[in-house]
Amino acid sequence: MDWHIIIAAVIKIVVFVFLVTLPMVAMSVWAERRVSAAIQDRVGPNRVGPFGLLQAVADGIKFLLKEDFTPNHVNKFYFWLAPALTMVPALLTCAVLPFGSQLFGEKMVIADLDVGPLFVFSIASLTVYGIVLAGWSSNSKYSFLGGVRSTSQMISYEISLGLSIVPLIMIYGELNLGRIVQEQAINGWALLPLWGEGLSLKGFILAIPIFISFIIFTTSMFAETNRLPFDLPECETELVAGYHTEYSSMKFALFFLGEYAAMIIGSGLAVTLFLGGWSLPFGWLAPSGIDAEIPWWHGLIHIGTYFAKVIGFILFFIVVRWTLPRFRYDQLMRLGWVFFFEIALFNVVLTAILLAIFK
Amino acid sequence: MSFLFYIFSALALVGGIGVVVSRNPVSAAFSMIVSFLGLAALFIQLDAFLVGTLQILVYAGAIMVLFLFIIMLLDVREEEKRRRPIINMIGAGGVVLAFVALVITVLSRGEIGKATLPPLTVTEGPGTSDVHRIGELLFSQYWFPVQVVGVLLLVATVGVVVLSKKELK
Repeated sequence: MDWHIIIAAVIKIVVFVFLVTLPMVAMSVWAERRVSAAIQDRVGPNRVGPFGLLQAVADGIKFLLKEDFTPNHVNKFYFWLAPALTMVPALLTCAVLPFGSQLFGEKMVIADLDVGPLFVFSIASLTVYGIVLAGWSSNSKYSFLGGVRSTSQMISYEISLGLSIVPLIMIYGELNLGRIVQEQAINGWALLPLWGEGLSLKGFILAIPIFISFIIFTTSMFAETNRLPFDLPECETELVAGYHTEYSSMKFALFFLGEYAAMIIGSGLAVTLFLGGWSLPFGWLAPSGIDAEIPWWHGLIHIGTYFAKVIGFILFFIVVRWTLPRFRYDQLMRLGWVFFFEIALFNVVLTAILLAIFK
Repeated sequence: MSFLFYIFSALALVGGIGVVVSRNPVSAAFSMIVSFLGLAALFIQLDAFLVGTLQILVYAGAIMVLFLFIIMLLDVREEEKRRRPIINMIGAGGVVLAFVALVITVLSRGEIGKATLPPLTVTEGPGTSDVHRIGELLFSQYWFPVQVVGVLLLVATVGVVVLSKKELK
């Protein structure tokens, strides 16, 4: 192992995870409040800094300075562990997302694994422990019900989430996210095959199963991140605040931020798989191959494109939250097991048949 | 990178000891997850990315969640107070000693660890990852066992559905 590989990895981790993703988490809280205000015909936070942009800093200071209260009836060890367990997996999954093509000959991905989407799913499946342990260790019935709801919800939707991307993997024959994006840059994004080899009968017909996948993937992502219309684990009209009822100050904030971090990673994965990741539309400035040399300013544009797409997707998440009402729990489970699971399975078979017809 | 090996095997061992030692069933289940994570890291160190990821995805991410789910519905305090009879401990100790003796005998006698394996040919580029190789093997050389396992799992699923229905109509 050479030192320059380790140093490059450390720089990428610090810049991508700590200097970009974490501030994005804070900023998406601000965006959520501003967008919700706009939808409800209010103004929203606009006092701290220009357009209220520094509201996130004020919120952070407030959370840190508040009294950190641990109730007497909780299981101390797991009560302290749970908030960390929701935040850490969300940030770990950043490792395999390609957030740009190359910069100075260095691939813009922290770990260029050949099992990209599987890695994201496996680490994201650990997020559930944070919520379950929070619900259990709080020793209160509302928290516990929230934790139980969240467990069954996340396990159910993990299945449709995993199955929904199988057609995509069959079409690309590849589990390396970097190579999937490179393929999309040249031959059309999975959802918009409008250039390169995608501009053909095969490309258009294969876009049908991909579109079904996209719908299932996005909806399951809402359920996995516990966001409205699927935020049953913290449903305030029934469960006070669900699994984080007993939490206060920074420990509560970690749950809150973990949800947004999971949302950002989910958006990143959706953009990477379905909307061409860092690539510009119509093959503009697309590198000819995964290892082809490109000028540094192309690399910067690719990084900018990726984050622009992710921000667009986060805004979509936020608008959905303030538009749709909450589901009932049995409706949520029926949607997951009776509709999405079957449609995703059918979609895999459909893709296999289409791939056999258009070799 | 051998220090990583020691860290992760220590993690797996500590988790394993935790499963046996902890009185609280939730702690035991949690130690098991830690042990699985250590194992997965060891697999990944051997460049077996698929096996390592599946270890986390299936065992730590799905099966142990269900374990924890059931344990949490039980009364944990009751379990913590329960006394274990001394005869159980002697029996368990005997089993452990017999197993350790077995492992030592097998490892010291056979050619395991001494035989030189043929060097692995590492190739770069698409279609050469361990995912591709395992997939190709499963669906060419081992297609029949895969089908049999698939049918078995289907039978198990149908069986669970039938058993969990309260009354048959």
